Amino acid sequence: MEGHPATISTAPPRAGLRLPGVGAGLGRGLVGLYLSLIVLLPLAAVLDESLSGGLGAFWDSVSGAQSVAALKLTVISSLIVVAINAFFGTIIAWVLVRDELPGKGAVNALIDLPFALPTIVAGLTLLTLYGAESPIGLDIAFTRVAIVVALCFVTLPFVTRAVQPLLMEMDREMEDAATSLGAGGFTVFRRIIFPNLLPGILAGVLLAFARALGEYGSLILISGNIPFKTEVSSVFIRSQIESGDVSGAAAVSVVLLAISLALLVAVSLFARRGARK
Amino acid sequence: MTAKWGLRGLAFGYLGLLLLAPVAMIFYKTFEHGLGPPVDAMTSPDALHAIWLTLLMVAVAVPLNTVFGVGCALLLVRHRWSGNAVIDGIINLPFAISPIVIGLSLYLLYGTGGWFGPTLSEWGVKVLFSTPGMILASIFVSLPFVVRETVPVLQEIGTEQEQAASTLGASAWQTFWRVTLPAIRWGVAYGVVLTTARVLGEFGAVTIVSGSISGQTETLPLFVARAFENFDEQGAYAGAIVLALLALTTLLLMSVGGRKAKASGGSTPVGPGEVAISMSSAKEVS
Repeated sequence: MEGHPATISTAPPRAGLRLPGVGAGLGRGLVGLYLSLIVLLPLAAVLDESLSGGLGAFWDSVSGAQSVAALKLTVISSLIVVAINAFFGTIIAWVLVRDELPGKGAVNALIDLPFALPTIVAGLTLLTLYGAESPIGLDIAFTRVAIVVALCFVTLPFVTRAVQPLLMEMDREMEDAATSLGAGGFTVFRRIIFPNLLPGILAGVLLAFARALGEYGSLILISGNIPFKTEVSSVFIRSQIESGDVSGAAAVSVVLLAISLALLVAVSLFARRGARK
Repeated sequence: MTAKWGLRGLAFGYLGLLLLAPVAMIFYKTFEHGLGPPVDAMTSPDALHAIWLTLLMVAVAVPLNTVFGVGCALLLVRHRWSGNAVIDGIINLPFAISPIVIGLSLYLLYGTGGWFGPTLSEWGVKVLFSTPGMILASIFVSLPFVVRETVPVLQEIGTEQEQAASTLGASAWQTFWRVTLPAIRWGVAYGVVLTTARVLGEFGAVTIVSGSISGQTETLPLFVARAFENFDEQGAYAGAIVLALLALTTLLLMSVGGRKAKASGGSTPVGPGEVAISMSSAKEVS
């Protein structure tokens, strides 16, 4: 009868609120059913399809020249992008937390724009300014630079949002002490500030990397999707689906899934370690 | 002093070039020839249908994920169980998976050769290339937000008031409506805003399962992409502006909601980045 509304007043005091309407067991069943139908079964179907032609066919799809080129481009662009955003993201967080600046609130809200703006709109806006009809004469459309710029746009908030709370909590006395002991500005940054912010930067980088690996909407208009040149993995999967090679698409998807899962586990281990400290 | 201005310059230069200038540019492009062209483009039957369909996605996916999200958060926080860590991990999956892979997964499950496809089509239910499939895709991509926003707030408020209510004889439902929900409302609201934004703008997953049939299975983001590819710049820009305005509204609600959630004892959700960070800090959950 655990969790039944009629028995709630006799429940042990530390139990707190019971799930209203259903017991915990039934609740878990419903949650499990929802997650299975929405998330797990579809993903299982991808795994099943990727192996439908046996391991040999799976390997052939994954190791095909176009597939390898796409994956390489995806990983390298994502690495460049997270490096750029680790740098600028930290600076933006610093300015937002430490700098007394009028209008800071508006800038702070603006940081979330890439999360709120639909990805297709993000791609289109970048294309209007940095595309063939660029009013400033800067045409990067259909190049690898465009991929990096679009990915920088969509992953911008991660590092800033991860670093901001750490900066707010940071004790300024440490910096003052270092300065009074004669440390210069750069030494204070290198020895005091940076080590304190590093966990946030790394957490933001991991999440941004996961996001960049799978990005699709913002790239479709601006990258040109040229095989071997500007075709990232997600676009490659799409083109395989359209050409009817669904098993091949599923195989490449499984590789992306494996990387995402590894990243999720890394983030979670990382957060757990950080929490224990 | 120079260092300060240097940092400001770097921060605002980057934000300006990457975010502000492109967004300002698209507003300029849309209204370059006055209000007429974008209004005409948005009142065409295809555009109106796309807007309607987009709102339908929100109307179905957001309530479902909200009810699931609050229930699941209560389960994770208030009922210790060894399986909670697994549930927690599965909930985070949609954050890490490419939208294209999500689309493909539904395509495989409900397609003609899929596990469910043949049986469902025997029953006369069409999921792929029609509205149900698109709704499933929207639910998948936006699944984690409400759970992720509600869990930290629930942890923060503790159980004392709930215990008091139940000691005074309140039923589980009464306790939920009168005590728990008012205390977590801003956290939930913040999650709802994030869910809505994600559903409104989803492109990758929906594009795979919808087949993008104009006037039938085309949401507003798909409409924008097709208009652009068909050299209908006015249509693309107008659609993008509607979505951008919705995004700006979302941003406003996020900044208000985030502040309120923080004020009501939540765990400082400064933005979705924070959502993503907090997703892994569910150590008390398991």
